[in-house]
Amino acid sequence: MFAELNELLDASPQRPERGKFTLLRDTRTDGSFLVHHFLSFYLRAGCKVCFVALLQSFSHYNIVAQKLGISLTAAKERGQLVFLEGLKSCLDLLFAEEEEQSGHPSPLQFISESTSNLKALFDFVRTSLTPADSDSWKGPVLLVDDLSVLLSLGAAPVAVLDFIHYCRVVVCSQLKGNIVVLVHSNEDSEDEENELVVNSLCHHSDLILWVEGLATGFCKDVHGQIKIIRRVSLELTAEQDLVQIYQYKIQDKNVTFFARGLSAAVL
Amino acid sequence: MAAVPAAGGVARGRGVTSFQRKAAAGSRLAAVAGTRPSVRHGQLLLSSGLPSLDCVLGGGVAVGTLLLIEEDKYGLYSNLLYKYFLAEGVVCGHDLFVASAKEHPDNILKELPAPLLDDTHRNELGEEATAVKSEDFQDSMKIAWRYQNLPKMEASPTTSTKFGHYYDVSKTMSPELFQSIKCHSFYLPEELSLQAKMKTCNMNSAYTRLLESIHRIIYQEGFDGSDPQKKQKNILRIGIQSLGSMLWGDDICSSDTPEDVHSLTKFLYVLRGLLRKSLSACIITVPAHLIQNKAIMERVTNLSDTVVGLESFIGSERETNPLYKDYHGLVHVHQIPRLNSLICDVSDTKDLAFRLKRKLFTIETVLIEGSNTKDVFHFNLAKEQMNIALLSN
Repeated sequence: MFAELNELLDASPQRPERGKFTLLRDTRTDGSFLVHHFLSFYLRAGCKVCFVALLQSFSHYNIVAQKLGISLTAAKERGQLVFLEGLKSCLDLLFAEEEEQSGHPSPLQFISESTSNLKALFDFVRTSLTPADSDSWKGPVLLVDDLSVLLSLGAAPVAVLDFIHYCRVVVCSQLKGNIVVLVHSNEDSEDEENELVVNSLCHHSDLILWVEGLATGFCKDVHGQIKIIRRVSLELTAEQDLVQIYQYKIQDKNVTFFARGLSAAVL
Repeated sequence: MAAVPAAGGVARGRGVTSFQRKAAAGSRLAAVAGTRPSVRHGQLLLSSGLPSLDCVLGGGVAVGTLLLIEEDKYGLYSNLLYKYFLAEGVVCGHDLFVASAKEHPDNILKELPAPLLDDTHRNELGEEATAVKSEDFQDSMKIAWRYQNLPKMEASPTTSTKFGHYYDVSKTMSPELFQSIKCHSFYLPEELSLQAKMKTCNMNSAYTRLLESIHRIIYQEGFDGSDPQKKQKNILRIGIQSLGSMLWGDDICSSDTPEDVHSLTKFLYVLRGLLRKSLSACIITVPAHLIQNKAIMERVTNLSDTVVGLESFIGSERETNPLYKDYHGLVHVHQIPRLNSLICDVSDTKDLAFRLKRKLFTIETVLIEGSNTKDVFHFNLAKEQMNIALLSN
């Protein structure tokens, strides 16, 4: 959790917002630091978190979370965190012996089927976030590290959008929780499927954090710029979206944000 | 009276500082030959077989990750990197897994470059290096001052011999070195006749077989680390040549709108899972210049860890450009993984080129010298100023 980003977003783990859909979008750079931020933010806030981690292994997320002062292993044991390790469940699905398979379908079932149907993944999210009577967590949170991986694994863009829509209905509307999703986007890449997903998600998001690499290329002291877009227009008032732009530098355990051109190295 | 035990407590407190070396963990990690733990993220690193490339990649290739090489136009230099990676495995005593659809793996192994281990070789190369140095000295007045403080890439074989070796491309490795090495080979034409057991998952059958074969070796030879091995732990080095080319039965290289867009990315995803779970590292060369569909390369990059592109000057107008007269091509580091941390080790210089000397293949920072030094220098200065101006807007 980066304190400076909380200030910019006017958020605090003491009073997390409810029912919001946040889109993290990265272009020509890696926006995974935002995923780590929101993971530790919601765990601190005492929310029940379902983390669909498709890109990295559990130990990676755990070690980074430890640097930010959170233990994922402990959160898992408390039952606060449900962690889906995509890389592992993919191996289990592909190399499992036929007879070993239980009746419970794998969340990534769609990889081995010809129809790209993300229902199993949605069912996984729903069952893990539906509150039981005993637990006392605040609103549920769904976190997806890299929705683009689903496209690489052969899911159709429409199936991915359907999946997100179902999740919004259940998590945001019914359970009054939050969704945070990371996508890659690069206009130059000519990846039409991905652009379709990104553009339609942008229209539905309450908050977009768009991280971009610098147009001028690599710089040691400025790692990129972040565009914070608050979708005021979604609330059907006649107002424009609020856009703020900052630059950032990632450090070992923290990220600093500053106005454009005001990096410590330039001043 | 109370002060005495308190003082004792302080003394004891001083004796037990928090700055203790984790001796147990350190020795366990260092136990595998040819590896060293990374300073940044504690992950075990392997040498890519080319110390100057290790330098650029933040110390080496981490165990459990994938190094993707985008082939140069004729595949000459990417093939060298591929062989260096395997040769380093032979010298360090790692197990090898060689997969190819073109050359027979046995032939690839026969053509690995010979390591420069003897003192005689070192002397020979030392002379070469000093010759180069004296040349450098004469030229030193010409080199623009902005290059003076640049860190030197390790380009001469004088440092550590345990991690990262130098190879003589003019000689092939002697067969004695192979005797203690376990080599597993995968030659696609031979494997296609066998029956696949794995679920196909709408994946190209060649890829399915390759995955099955890697999976079998990782679990049979105990690289997964699930059952505690009695014997010495070892690393599996996996090398896959020209993945995605026509010979693997993939059409992404031959068509703008391939029928089978997802096979390669699915393969890479499963491979990533296998690597992360085991003591192994993988090098893959991909004929990226043949892949017309940019979206595929974007996804492939996203699913790989380290991505390095080679661009040779053969047949390009840069071959005769005086700027590049000392080099044979450019190196583009497209991606460096963020492992166990928020940041990654990016080298400060992005202008990298490679050159193939009589015996050595090295990667160096591009130094611009010669007649048009002034122009280029001014151009660079203007570029930097522009960067700063744009940053401050």
